[in-house]
Amino acid sequence: MDTIFAQATSPGRAGVSVVRLSGPDAFELATSICGSLPAARSAGVRHVMGPDGEIVDQALVLPFQGPNSFTGEDVVEFHLHGSIAVVRATLDVLGRSPKARLAEPGEFTRRALENQKMDLAQVEGLGDLIEAETEAQRKQALRVLSGHLGTLVEGWRSDLIRAAALLEATIDFADEDVPIDVTPEVKELLFGVRTQVSAEIVGTKVAERLRTGFEVAIIGAPNAGKSTLLNAIARREAAITSEVAGTTRDIIEVRMDLGGVPVTLLDTAGLRVSDDTVETIGIARAIERAKSADLRVFLTGPADTLMLSPIDDDIIVTPKIDLLSGSAVGVSGKTGAGIPDLIARIQGILVERASLVGLATHQRHRQALESAEAYLSAAAAVLDRGPDHYDITAEELRSAIRSLEAMVGRIDVENLLDEIFANFCLGK
Amino acid sequence: MKHFDVVVIGGGHAGCEAAHASARIGAHTALVTMSREGIGVMSCNPAIGGLGKGHLVREIDAMDGVMGRVADKAGIQFRLLNRRKGPAVQGPRAQADRKIYQREMLAETVKQKNLSILEGEVVDLLMNGPAVSGVVLADGTSFNAHSVILTTGTFLRGVIHIGHEQKSGGRIGDKASVLLAERIDSFNLPMGRLKTGTPPRLDGRTIDWTVLESQPGDDEPVLFSFLSKSTTAPQISCGITHTNTQTHEIIQESLHLSAMYGGHIDGVGPRYCPSIEDKVVRFSDKESHQIFLEPEGADDHTIYPNGISTSLPVDVQIKYVRSIKGLENADIIQPGYAIEYDYVDPRALDPTLSVKSVPNLYLAGQINGTTGYEEAAAQGLVAGLNAALTSLGRPTVSFSRSDSYIGVMVDDLITRGVIEPYRMFTSRAEFRLSLRADNADQRLTPLAMEIGCASQERTGAFGDKLARLEAAKSRLIETTYTSKQLDIVGIPTSKDGNRRTAFQILSFPDVSFEDIVRLEPAFEDVDLETRRQIERDALYSNYIDRQQKDIDRLKKDEAHSIPKDFDFLALEGLSNELKSKLTTARPMTLAHAARTDGITPAALTLILAHLRRNDRKKVG
Repeated sequence: MDTIFAQATSPGRAGVSVVRLSGPDAFELATSICGSLPAARSAGVRHVMGPDGEIVDQALVLPFQGPNSFTGEDVVEFHLHGSIAVVRATLDVLGRSPKARLAEPGEFTRRALENQKMDLAQVEGLGDLIEAETEAQRKQALRVLSGHLGTLVEGWRSDLIRAAALLEATIDFADEDVPIDVTPEVKELLFGVRTQVSAEIVGTKVAERLRTGFEVAIIGAPNAGKSTLLNAIARREAAITSEVAGTTRDIIEVRMDLGGVPVTLLDTAGLRVSDDTVETIGIARAIERAKSADLRVFLTGPADTLMLSPIDDDIIVTPKIDLLSGSAVGVSGKTGAGIPDLIARIQGILVERASLVGLATHQRHRQALESAEAYLSAAAAVLDRGPDHYDITAEELRSAIRSLEAMVGRIDVENLLDEIFANFCLGK
Repeated sequence: MKHFDVVVIGGGHAGCEAAHASARIGAHTALVTMSREGIGVMSCNPAIGGLGKGHLVREIDAMDGVMGRVADKAGIQFRLLNRRKGPAVQGPRAQADRKIYQREMLAETVKQKNLSILEGEVVDLLMNGPAVSGVVLADGTSFNAHSVILTTGTFLRGVIHIGHEQKSGGRIGDKASVLLAERIDSFNLPMGRLKTGTPPRLDGRTIDWTVLESQPGDDEPVLFSFLSKSTTAPQISCGITHTNTQTHEIIQESLHLSAMYGGHIDGVGPRYCPSIEDKVVRFSDKESHQIFLEPEGADDHTIYPNGISTSLPVDVQIKYVRSIKGLENADIIQPGYAIEYDYVDPRALDPTLSVKSVPNLYLAGQINGTTGYEEAAAQGLVAGLNAALTSLGRPTVSFSRSDSYIGVMVDDLITRGVIEPYRMFTSRAEFRLSLRADNADQRLTPLAMEIGCASQERTGAFGDKLARLEAAKSRLIETTYTSKQLDIVGIPTSKDGNRRTAFQILSFPDVSFEDIVRLEPAFEDVDLETRRQIERDALYSNYIDRQQKDIDRLKKDEAHSIPKDFDFLALEGLSNELKSKLTTARPMTLAHAARTDGITPAALTLILAHLRRNDRKKVG
């Protein structure tokens, strides 16, 4: 049984955030990062230590010996100072251990169920959890599949299918008319994918530091005052504002902290039908990006129609109220009217939506990429030993594919057989 | 009316294995076949085993089934496929003497305790409400039975095609069971249509063998059964020839005459066993295709040309055969033909191969959309064991993806259904490194012993082998060695200061047991068979440890069975799409549910939570 961990409290700037660690290696792992553990069921103050011995946080550490715990397994709770950065660093430290991995959504609950530790009221909450998870996955998939990463992942998928099919063909159709040695082609495919995976790992590390949490897109017709609003919220000139409609052709990102929730505000091109090629590209990009954002703020009057419709709890506000009659409700980037209200609404929605999933996905991705990289390297190493060892090469490759499953989708034997039958004439 | 615990309909490979398994369990069993001569007939190519298939035969044998032992007696050319590759992907294969196979299968069947052979055609099933309760024969006699196993192969609405000619029938010479088919129809099971083909059989006396390449068997034949010691039939070689551009031209010109290309066949054929028409069309840039000339027996001049199955008219068959090197004067003994038949969507079955909606009825073999003798026999084993156990009021047995290819196949069939005739491949088994042909007995014979279907001979031989293995293994993990010690005897290691057990050292690439003996001369007394088996176990041990977590998780999911009346629609939180998928698939266990497309860990937890709640309600 794996040892698993995750943040147990909802993210956001709270007084205390709890990270829970559960499983057979929980005590050992917790000891390794905080020196020693207090006695079971008693709390003690410990330093959570990073890989280089640096102090991540001073935490209240609380071990529970199974079966007397939430999951019925050995559990250690870390009560950390409520800060996104501290929680993330702690999850990172735990994730470095080969003995533990980030919990799947609902996994603590699953273990509690397995070990007869759940009451019916707790079970009722599961439906909500699944809905949140489904929604988060949908968004995540959209984010992965749009743009640069999408093209990459598609390439990985077809290369991995091809490589696995070549190996399996030499194994399963050994007495037929198939090549005996497919090492050079498989090697090329594996190296290609591995290089890209490695590059992506470096990318995710940077992205994680830079791009914090939720994306909020500001949307509206040209000259609706999106950039002015962004600048007002950011309190600095991040976007160029001018009176000429269509100024913002690229997407401008401003990262900020809205009441403890890390937010990236996106200023997008104004949505309109345009003859200008560059602007049209900008608009298409704006729509795509806005769709994959976590929340959209529509700057529209009640009668306006845009090329994108609000969904879920997207916010619609009337812009430039400074130009309207005194009683109008909305925002003005110019005067600052309505901005505190808007920030409060954004914050409210995001804090509520800030389930574990949002924070975990990046981390999960990186872990998946890292283990895939390791398996691909192992596969490449065995591959050098030639066709007699394809049984092992295929196994390493299978593990790599499993690690990437969340990104490339499930590749099962039918995909391999399709590839084999399309390429080799079998049936002696 | 006469009563049997289990009645098996059909004497093919599924039927034989089912009847034997049932009788071994101790159920009073009848095997009903149209003719005793039909028992153990190899209607397609005269070979048993291969990759994945050889694994199945070993597993059947480990459960003390008949196929392996009979194939060993009938084997006239043994080859271990992938001999140079690792043991996990090696598959034993043999050309079998058709007549010896039939003779020996009949002899085994006559000899088997608790098993009666009844000649006759089953025309109907006796029903007791929705449940099957017996069979009716064409001559009007009927028998009561607790369970009935249907293994009628391609007989359900079988249609044979040779060119534009069509006739009703299963194998050539047999009549299709139309009456029984009507009864099956009344169950409203989901059905589909498949096709398969055979090549023309040639007269070996008219083949010029002198110009052909020959393929002999292995010098040291690897047999199927863990109990067999040596081959008994005379050993022969196969011939190899190739099609050429002239052959392909003849086929191209006559394509419109082919049943398949002439639009007479709707069934889906297997992609791994295409007709020669298919090969010529789909791989038109290939100038030549390999043909294995397989003798059907040591004293039989019939030759099975493996690789040129067809549904072209007879005159075209003669023409293209004679365009092939060595076959210029070859005579056709029996023309090739394609056969179309109905199959039952195996998603209608549970893991014991019993029809979910028709109590006491089991289906095994080609009727479930599979192809191959070995796949059929393995299903026969599963159905036979369970029909017998159920009739005796005992708990059923099921095989898991983590313990056998049998488990992989049954799980694939009942959870995914089939899109073409289902054949076993080693790539279907995700735990391939632990599911090896060489350790089938270690994996399954304990189960056979537990449920009482293993003979004393089997139990004794296995107990002895296991004792030797365990003794040697425990000695191998007793002592640890330093890299310095390994260095002295020439085993390279990383100098990381770790001490390693002899078993760990054996898992290094290219280290043999003999190297270990040089390290520790006391191991000299370990016998050769045990040495080889330990090497194979050790070779993959690191990978198997890695897979253990997945296996544990699977086993846990398998242990949670989902009641037949479980209401997936009532699960709040699941998407409608997932609800309807689950409702259609009717997973029997949490492991089956996990294989439903689109399911997530949290959704599984939700199902589990509701299962738990139901449990508590019952207790309360």
